[in-house]
Amino acid sequence: MAEPVLAVRNLVKRFGGLVATDDLTLEVRPGELHALIGPNGAGKTTAIGQICGEIAPDSGSIRFDGADITGLSFAQRVRRGLSRTFQIVQLLDDDTALENVSLAVQAAEGHSFRFWRNARLDRRLTDRARALLAQVGLPEERARVRASDLSHGERKQLELAIALAPGPKLLLLDEPMAGLGAAESLRMTEVLRALKGRIPMLLVEHDMDAVFALADRVSVLVYGRCIASGLPEAIRADPAVREAYLTEEDGH
Amino acid sequence: MALLLEQLLNGVQLGVTLFLLAAGLTLVFGIMGVINLAHGSLYMIGAFAAAWVAAQTGSVLLALLGGLAAAAVVGMAIEFVVLRRLYARDHLDQVLATFGLILFFNQGMVILFGRQPLFVALPEFLSGAVEVLPGVPYPVYRLLIIACGLLVALGLWLLIQRTRIGMLVRAGATHREMVRALGVDIRLLYTLVFGLGALLAGFAGIMAGPVYSVNVGMGEQILILTFVVVVIGGVGSIRGAMYGALLVGIVDTLLRAYVPGLLRGVMDASQADMLGAGLASMGVYLLMALVLLLKPRGLFPAHA
Amino acid sequence: MRERIVLAALLAAAVALPWIAEALGTPATVGVATRIAIYAIAAASLNLILGYGGLVSFGHAAYFGLGGYTVGILWEHFRLNEPFLGIIPGTAELLVTFPAAILVGGLAAAAIGALSLRTSGVQFIMITLAFAQMVYFLFVSLAVYGGDDGLMIRRPNAFLGLNLRDPATMYWLSLAVLVFWLWLMGRVVRSRFGRVLEGVRQSERRMAAIGISTYPYKLAAFAIAGAACAAAGALWANYARFVSPDMMHWTKSGELMIMVILGGLGTLLGPVLGAAALVGLEYTLSGITEHWQFVLGPILVAIVLFARKGLMSLFGRWGPGNG
Repeated sequence: MAEPVLAVRNLVKRFGGLVATDDLTLEVRPGELHALIGPNGAGKTTAIGQICGEIAPDSGSIRFDGADITGLSFAQRVRRGLSRTFQIVQLLDDDTALENVSLAVQAAEGHSFRFWRNARLDRRLTDRARALLAQVGLPEERARVRASDLSHGERKQLELAIALAPGPKLLLLDEPMAGLGAAESLRMTEVLRALKGRIPMLLVEHDMDAVFALADRVSVLVYGRCIASGLPEAIRADPAVREAYLTEEDGH
Repeated sequence: MALLLEQLLNGVQLGVTLFLLAAGLTLVFGIMGVINLAHGSLYMIGAFAAAWVAAQTGSVLLALLGGLAAAAVVGMAIEFVVLRRLYARDHLDQVLATFGLILFFNQGMVILFGRQPLFVALPEFLSGAVEVLPGVPYPVYRLLIIACGLLVALGLWLLIQRTRIGMLVRAGATHREMVRALGVDIRLLYTLVFGLGALLAGFAGIMAGPVYSVNVGMGEQILILTFVVVVIGGVGSIRGAMYGALLVGIVDTLLRAYVPGLLRGVMDASQADMLGAGLASMGVYLLMALVLLLKPRGLFPAHA
Repeated sequence: MRERIVLAALLAAAVALPWIAEALGTPATVGVATRIAIYAIAAASLNLILGYGGLVSFGHAAYFGLGGYTVGILWEHFRLNEPFLGIIPGTAELLVTFPAAILVGGLAAAAIGALSLRTSGVQFIMITLAFAQMVYFLFVSLAVYGGDDGLMIRRPNAFLGLNLRDPATMYWLSLAVLVFWLWLMGRVVRSRFGRVLEGVRQSERRMAAIGISTYPYKLAAFAIAGAACAAAGALWANYARFVSPDMMHWTKSGELMIMVILGGLGTLLGPVLGAAALVGLEYTLSGITEHWQFVLGPILVAIVLFARKGLMSLFGRWGPGNG
C-alpha cells in the first residue's frame, strides 16, 4: 500500500492533570476522506491543533507527505501543503472576500517582500481568487463584500476557499458544518464531495449525516484515545463506539 | 566586603520598592487585561501627599495614612472615571488614555507643589544606623523599608494563596473568562484589585520619599523600571514580580555602585562617572534583552 | 478624480504657505508648519507599524533622536576636525548626513525590533518603551556629546547650495521629504508587503494558516519605520540646530502615538492631520497657560474614550476602512 499522506504516531498531550490526547495513532491515506468523530470533549480540536502545529505535543510524531513535521511551525506546515479550516472561522474581517482569498493566493506564490505593485490590481492573484470562490460556491456578487458582513454560511465557504488557495496536499476541516442551516449544510456537503478524491481530507464533524455521506473511513476519538478506526459501516456497528456515544447521551 | 553588603542591601531595598509597584501592575494586567501607565502616578501621589502631611503635622503616622488615602482615592477615581471604560478596549487605547492621565497628574503636581523636589526629613527614631554586621553600619530606615516590603510580600502571598479573594485573583489571572463565567461580581473584584494595587503603589511612594526625593516625574522613572521587572518576571505573575524586582533592584544598584569605579581605571573621573551612570542605567535593559532571548515570556510566565 | 484635485489643491496651499505667511505678516507660521511637517514624517513612519501592522511600539522617539544625533555627531566631528571613532570623518553635507541618519535609524530599529518582536501584546509595548529608554540613557551619559544638555549645531547642513537657515527653505525641504515619504508609503501599503502587514494587524492566526511566518515582515516594517523616523530626526536637527536626549524621551514616543491616533490609524494622511492638530493644540494651549499639559491630558483621555476613529473619519472617503 502507498505511504499514508498523514501518519500520526503515539501522540500525547497533557494539560496539567488532564490527558487531552492519549497515545493517538491515526493515518490518512492518499485520496481518502477520513472522518474523525467523537463525543464532546474527546480531544478532537486538540488533536487537530497538534497536527497543524498550533499546539506542541508532549510526545509522539507526525509524518506528512513523506517527512517528519513534528518540529515545524504552523506556517511551515501550511507551506508544505497542510491546510486547515477552523471551527470558529478566522478571517481578515476588514477585508473583502476576494481580498481574503487573494492574500492566500499571494502567500502560496512565495515570499511577499514586494513593495511596489498594487497587490489588489494584480490579476494573477485576483483571477485565481475568483476561481476559488466559484469552486466553493460563493456567488460572484459577494466577492466584494467585507468578510465581517458575510453570513455565517458564506464565511465558512470563504474559509474553505482560502484553505484551497495553496493547492494543499491535505485538508484539515474542523467542523465545517458547525452552525450551518440544513440547506447550507447540504451545500457544503456537495462542495466537499466535489473535492473528494482530488484532495485527501481529515474531517472533524458532529453532523453524522454528513460524516456517513462523505467519509471513506472513520476514526472514533474518546478521551483523547482512538477507540476504533475503519469503514463507516463497521464503525456504525462497533459496540465500543455505540457505548461511548450512549454514555455521553446519559451524561446529559 | 562591607561595601558589597551595603550595596546588596540597597539593591534589596530598591527591589522591594519595585515589587510593590510591579505586584499591582501585574495583577491589574493579569486580571483586567489593562495596562495602566498611570500606576507610576499613584506612586508619585502617595509620596507627595505623605511629604505634605509630614511637613504640616510632623506626624509619621498621619503622613503614612494621608499618603495611602490619597493614592487609594485617586486610584479608585481613575478606575471609576477612565479605566472602567477601557477594559474591553485594546492596549493601544489603554496606553493613550493613561498617558493622558500622566500628563494631567504630573502637571497637577507642578501646579500644587512646584517643580522643586521636596525633601522629606526622617524623624529622630528612624534616622540612625545600626550595625548589620560588626563594622557594617546600615541606615535603620532602609532596613525598615526592606522589612515592610517583605512583610507586604508575605501578606500578599497569604492573601492570594489562602483566601477566597485570592483564589479568584489567581483564577482570574490565568482564566479570566472562566471567572467571569462563574458569576463572580467581577466589578467588585476589579475595584478591590485596583484599590489594592493603588495602595501598594502609594505605599512604595511614601517609603521612597525620604530615600530619594519627591519630585514630578518620579512616577515614570520607576514605572519604566517596573515594566522591566514585569517583563523579566513574566506578565501576570506575582512570583515573577518578586524575583524580577529583586533581580532588577540588585543588578541596577550594583552596576551603579561599581561601573563608574571600573571606568575610572581607563578615563578621567568626571567622564567615568557620567558614562558609568549611563551604562549602569542601561544594564537592566540589557538584562531584560537577555532574558527575552532565552525566555520570551519571562522567567515565570503566568499563562503556561 | 476629485480626490486628486483636492490633494493637488492641498499641496499647492502647503507649498505657497511661506508666501501667504509673509503676506499676512505672520512669519512665525512657517516655523510651526516646519515642525508639523517633520512630526508628520515621524508620525507617518509610526503609522506604518502601528496603523497598518497593528504593532504598538511605544519607543518610536528613539529613532527620531538617533537620526538627530547622527546629524549632530557628524557635525561635532566636522567642527573639531577629528574622525568619529577615529575612522569616520565628520561632515556637514546633508547629502551624507541624511542617508547616514536613515541608515542608523534603520539598523537600530532592526536590532531592537529583532528582540522586541519575539514578544507581542503588552510585553511588546513595555519592551519597546524600555529599549527606547535605554537609548535615552546612553545619550544622557555621553558627556562628549553634551550629555543631558545636548549638542548645539551652529550651522545647518549644506545642501545643494541652499540656505537651510532660511525658514522657508527649511520648510520646503521638510515638506518635500514629507510628500515623498507619503507617496512611498502609499505604494508600500498597497503592495504585497503592505497586504501582509494589514493581515498581521487583523489576525496573526489567519496569516499562519495561509502559510506566512509573520516575523520577517514585521521586522522589515519595523526597520523601515525606524529609518523614516530617523530621517525626520535629521530634519529636526537641521531645523532646531540642536539635539538633546529630550528628542527621544518617552513622552515624545507618546506624542507620536497620539498624532497617529488623533489623525486616524492606518490612513495615509491621518498622521499629517494628527501632527497638525497636536502641534497646533500645544501651540495654542501653551499660549494660554504654562500648565497646558494639565488641559491636554484630559483632552487625550476624552479623545480615546469618545472619538476613537480620528480626524480622518470626518473625511468619509479616505477614512479608516476605506484606505
